[in-house]
Amino acid sequence: MEEWRNGLKEEKQYSIIPILRANGTESMRTKSKFLLWFLPLFLIVTCMGCQRSRTGITVAGSTSVEPFAGLLAEEYMSMHPEAHIYVQGGGSTAGIEAAFSGAANIGMSSRNLIDAEKKLYAVTIAKDAIAVIVHPSNPLKDLSLDQIREIFSGKTANWKEMGGPDHPIDIVTREEGSGTRESFQKFVMGKEDISLGALVQDSNGAVRQVISSDANAIGYISLGLVNDRVKALRISGVQPSLANVNNGKYTLVRPFLFLFNGDPAEEAKSFLDFVLSPSAQKLLLKEGLVPVVEKVG
Amino acid sequence: MQLQEKIIERILLLIAFSSIFILALITFFIFEEGIPLILKVGAKAFLLGEKWIPSKGLFGIFPMIVSSFWVTLGALLLGIPLGLACTIFLSELIPPSVGAFFRPAIQLLAAIPSVIYGFWGLIVLVPLIRNHLGGPGLSILAGSVVLGFMILPTIITISEDALKALPPSYKAGALALGATHWQTIWRVLIPAARSGIVASVILGMGRAIGETMAMIMILGNAVKMPTSFLDSARTLTTNIGIEMGYASGDHRQALFATGIVLFFIIMALNTLAIFLSRRRAR
Repeated sequence: MEEWRNGLKEEKQYSIIPILRANGTESMRTKSKFLLWFLPLFLIVTCMGCQRSRTGITVAGSTSVEPFAGLLAEEYMSMHPEAHIYVQGGGSTAGIEAAFSGAANIGMSSRNLIDAEKKLYAVTIAKDAIAVIVHPSNPLKDLSLDQIREIFSGKTANWKEMGGPDHPIDIVTREEGSGTRESFQKFVMGKEDISLGALVQDSNGAVRQVISSDANAIGYISLGLVNDRVKALRISGVQPSLANVNNGKYTLVRPFLFLFNGDPAEEAKSFLDFVLSPSAQKLLLKEGLVPVVEKVG
Repeated sequence: MQLQEKIIERILLLIAFSSIFILALITFFIFEEGIPLILKVGAKAFLLGEKWIPSKGLFGIFPMIVSSFWVTLGALLLGIPLGLACTIFLSELIPPSVGAFFRPAIQLLAAIPSVIYGFWGLIVLVPLIRNHLGGPGLSILAGSVVLGFMILPTIITISEDALKALPPSYKAGALALGATHWQTIWRVLIPAARSGIVASVILGMGRAIGETMAMIMILGNAVKMPTSFLDSARTLTTNIGIEMGYASGDHRQALFATGIVLFFIIMALNTLAIFLSRRRAR
């Protein structure tokens, strides 16, 4: 053992030193010169990054609100080039926690606050309807709330029983803790559970993607995100539309909230003012949300 | 020179220890967060419970444990024959000109981000399964096929190393005794490198059980006991991945507890792999 070690040490001396000599001191010096210049540059660039993020505000939370908040942020930043707004997803509960902890200046939630969370200051920025969607090729156009409940609880497993083709129903739901799921549970399911066999997707977009490619699927997403790749069902004859939400006929409606821990800071306040301004509300209306400000455009 | 070397040695030692320290820290936090929940609902109800409804305080992860193993089993059914065939081809049969292209290509397979695998599975594989075999398409079968490809680089590189590490006398001896090339490969080289190959499969299993992103995209994530390969399923990792964003309180602790179970499974697999490859060394 000892001998082997000695051998190794000797080899070290023989091999390492010639390599150092062969490389020469010249190249070493250029390398360290390069480092000498590169490091401060690196630091400066990093610091520029720091400063920028210091003046920005972070908006985080519900993935239902996220795309709309992103749009508003873009609009706001084009009006105020010096402002920086970072919009992040994560989910309603994460948004509420982020608002509490200060990780985000503004939290986003697509569900109402529970009592323990009521310490936060909540502003409804818009209302959103939840649409029940199927594949465009599905012949069904209309289901009652009871029928939807039966499908999602797993009691009805075939489209035939709803007057459709003879195919098993693929239920698509959102994951536990999602604001959309909680609202759907409250408005449609009541005390019944969503079937454990349901496919679970973790965003509105993922649900839409699955439904648009599966002729037997049914799911629910934010009305503002319904496009022509999926079909929104009428519920007991009521088409999910802004008009029907406004006149109170369509009842699957939930608030989109901005959450603040205490008084909003100056910049967050200015963003909130923008979001509640008629022009921003008009933008939301165009995207399929229900504005909260009466006079829009 | 001596002093300088000592200092460098110390610094390296410190860095090496810091990585272990971080591992210890992660382990500590997983356990600190997860154990209270397991104690609260009871280890049996947690591990063997069949219902996962966090909003009602039901935290049973048994279907996920089962699903994890189903998906992994499926991946191995595809990955082992393919991987072994590739290994034999690479180490024994390949013409050198092809090898220059083939080996980097296999390594590239490991460099593809898992979200790309998932996307490919979602767009290509899932509709194929739905249209030809039925079910929702988002299924254990789709997950297994994608995972089967993802574990190929692990299986191939490690078992090829095992084959290369064999003394050349094995092959020379077998050929000298009149065995054909194929007989030499199948009867002499593969059995001799067996423990290394098994270790590669177990490491592949570890990779399969730990894969998250691709699986979230193509398994469908339904929380129920799988009854066929066409069923949707949720594995331990995807349970954490899909729900962490929204989880709070007990729910979040339950996800950490899921992590503990995963931790033990991966530890057991890695220990087994290390044990097997050590036995080979002797």
